[in-house]
Amino acid sequence: MFRNKKTRYTMILSGPYLLWIIGGTLIPLIMMFYYGLTTADGGFTLSNVFAIAEAGHAKALGQALLYSAVSTVVCFVLAFPLAVILKNSKLGTKGFVVFVFILPMWMNFLLRTMAWQVLLEKGGVINGVLTWMGLPRMRLINTPGAIIMGMVYDFLPFMIMPLYNVMSKIDNNVVEAARDLGASGWQVIYKVLLPLSVPGIVSGVTMVFVPALTTFVISNMLGGGKIFLIGNVIEHEFTVGDNWHLGAGLSLVMMVFILISMAFIAKFDKNGEGNLL
Amino acid sequence: MSAPIIELEHITKSFDGQMILDDLNLTVHENEFITLLGPSGCGKTTTLRIIGGFEHPDQGRVLFEGKDITELPPNKRNLNTVFQRYALFSHLSIAENIAFGLKVSKKSKAYIDDKIKYALKLVNLDGFEHRTVDSLSGGQQQRIAIARAIVNEPKVLLLDEPLGALDLKLRQDMQYELIRLKNELGITFIYVTHDQEEALTMSDTVVVMNQGYIQQMGTPENIYNEPENAFVADFIGDSNIIGGIMLQDELVQILGVKFPCVDSGFGRNKPVDVVIRPEDVILGEPGAGRLDGEVSHLIFKGLLYEMEVMAGGFEWLVQSTKCFPVGTPVSISVDPYNIQIMNKPESEDEEAIGVQE
Amino acid sequence: MKKNRVVNRIYLILIIIFLYAPILTLMVLSFNNGKSMGKWTGFSLHWYAEMFRDDTIMEALRNTLVIALIASVASTVIGTAATVAIQRMRPRSRNALLAANNVPLLNADIVTGISLMLMFVAFVVTLSMGTVILAHITFCIPYVILSVLPRAREIGNSSYEAALDLGATPVYAFFKVTLPELKPGIISGFLLAFTMSVDDFIVTHFTRGAGVNTLSTMIYGMVKIGIRPTIYALSTIVFLTVLVLLIIANVVPARAEKKRREGTHA
Repeated sequence: MFRNKKTRYTMILSGPYLLWIIGGTLIPLIMMFYYGLTTADGGFTLSNVFAIAEAGHAKALGQALLYSAVSTVVCFVLAFPLAVILKNSKLGTKGFVVFVFILPMWMNFLLRTMAWQVLLEKGGVINGVLTWMGLPRMRLINTPGAIIMGMVYDFLPFMIMPLYNVMSKIDNNVVEAARDLGASGWQVIYKVLLPLSVPGIVSGVTMVFVPALTTFVISNMLGGGKIFLIGNVIEHEFTVGDNWHLGAGLSLVMMVFILISMAFIAKFDKNGEGNLL
Repeated sequence: MSAPIIELEHITKSFDGQMILDDLNLTVHENEFITLLGPSGCGKTTTLRIIGGFEHPDQGRVLFEGKDITELPPNKRNLNTVFQRYALFSHLSIAENIAFGLKVSKKSKAYIDDKIKYALKLVNLDGFEHRTVDSLSGGQQQRIAIARAIVNEPKVLLLDEPLGALDLKLRQDMQYELIRLKNELGITFIYVTHDQEEALTMSDTVVVMNQGYIQQMGTPENIYNEPENAFVADFIGDSNIIGGIMLQDELVQILGVKFPCVDSGFGRNKPVDVVIRPEDVILGEPGAGRLDGEVSHLIFKGLLYEMEVMAGGFEWLVQSTKCFPVGTPVSISVDPYNIQIMNKPESEDEEAIGVQE
Repeated sequence: MKKNRVVNRIYLILIIIFLYAPILTLMVLSFNNGKSMGKWTGFSLHWYAEMFRDDTIMEALRNTLVIALIASVASTVIGTAATVAIQRMRPRSRNALLAANNVPLLNADIVTGISLMLMFVAFVVTLSMGTVILAHITFCIPYVILSVLPRAREIGNSSYEAALDLGATPVYAFFKVTLPELKPGIISGFLLAFTMSVDDFIVTHFTRGAGVNTLSTMIYGMVKIGIRPTIYALSTIVFLTVLVLLIIANVVPARAEKKRREGTHA
């Protein structure tokens, strides 16, 4: 009887959450599959999924993969040394240093992206400064570079956080042991810190790659609506194009890449060490 | 012996298909200090949690003063627990922690205040009422956990490895403290530990458990001096456990040599296990004892020397106040009443619950 | 060694410039007299005045706050209760629920948004502010659980069991012991949920009804027709608010901790 009671309290407490998992995650995903695999009159089809092979769609997916891969690499290259420096630094309290690097993350995403628009615009700040210095204006906005810049800027904190979290948990004795055994500073980084921070790297890579791959906001704001990524194609089908079945089918293709990322996280970050929080 | 207060009858419990307790029967008497002793995973904590009401046995009954309490939730049981890591409420002050149970049972404010004072005095922490939990040391937190439990005047206090997180010196002090408390309160203590020294020091009765079975139950002297099987002998203190043959009553053959002993009733030429405590091995001039050998290791342990002696093809553990340097030829003898004879486990099943540490 | 330190400092400063220059640019422009993004024409506060007079901005701000408040309160209640339950479950069910919890966290916002919209439409719910709130609760719950869980793990079940042992009913123990002990985790979970909700654009974009604007959707709409300097003023205010909130969220617990530590020597 006591055990039943115990189960009852657990049920009461977790009940709303279970309902929410079903209503907020499970059913919506089923709806996505339903739409993606049917035609407008309800018949089964794979054409919405195979539509990814059409030239426009394939190009959008290819570009999205390319840009998000590049920006992920750039984020990693920027964030890894930062995490190493922060681990070793004694700059004030640790909390404060970290605070400085993740603060921009809490700023509204659209405002941050808009800031780059203001900087890169034809009559924007950078060109204003260039003119003021007597230099010719440059075409900055509406280029792939602008989009990648926006991706790096928006998602860099998502790389910094997990890397720093994992790095700061690495026992300093391990580093000292490596030095003691004759490793140079660089060797410590390559042979000790890098392998030990794999869970954070995987988690950071995923947290940058997935939103970059699926974005339509950055490409729209910094690409001037001329560069179409897969996110733009899907968003377009749902808002303007009105072919929800096609949009859902393309989303399913996109989800394959998200699933691959999730599988990576599950494999390399079993204990959730690289969590954002 | 006084009346039984808690009886466990045929308790069986398994978690995720793994048997933790198998048909366990145990009777605890009023005013007894009883200790469940065993290695981790032996089922001692599960037994305690079943008594406390935190686990429900798969089979069997729990009786409290003769009444069946198996289905009673923990908050309705007239016993209290001192938890392993104290489990103090960090959001409450010391006084509020102690008052928790009394407030739940709606005692008057004056009564509660009195009780807090009394309990703090009892655990030697007068004036700690308004301190926070975090400002206390481990030993102090432990005392508060005890105070919080005993103000409710339980008939039985359950203690789950309460000294496990303390350092050695503090642990020894707290052992005396617990004995004193037990005597002052005059209630039953059921104590769980894996530390044999704690068990032997404090208990009236020690219950040695392994792999879900009670291996032996008795007074500390009884457990130490007359272990019933090799597991108990091995787990309680150091010992030499040697295979031997009981030739006849009061005569056992070990390592091919006859030793007189005081045990009888094993029959003739029966294989047995022989336990000899290291402090009971007497070293002498070669030829003066029953077996000759040579000292192979020597460690100074403060109070005495611990030596290993190779004799008769067996490495004997020996403790003595006299020092015999490594390489010294020596003889070994043992007083007959220091030889403890045990039945060899008969089946493989019994073997399995034996020495496996 | 010393040279290394200088290089490290320079690196840190460069990253800080990269992270903050765009935001600072917006802040500076918000005080610019003229409308130009590229030319400084004098200091003025009139974009701030205009922002407060702009009904569209004020309504979007109000919507954003109302949605965030309801969504974060609801998700905090559901998420906290779920965490307590998850903590008491057998490892197998616990891991299953935590895996389910990770799906919305790792999933792309666009998928979350579209799939929720498809469900709302399929069950003939007209998209409105209500659907936005439901959607926000959905993606906020996992953050609450992630914030409360470490604290719940830290305190374990033992203080709940201790309360039962001392005679408390399970309900009493939940409200008087479990909840107060989880408080730091619950507060940070609430703040995180609130921020996530305020910050969201993509999920709102797909689940909102016609005419319902939050700050994010309003800005997105404005980008197409041209940004007005009132938005710079808004950026400045948003940034400063976030800054103050985060400082409070970080400093207050730290000071409480310090005070508690000092209590040791009292």
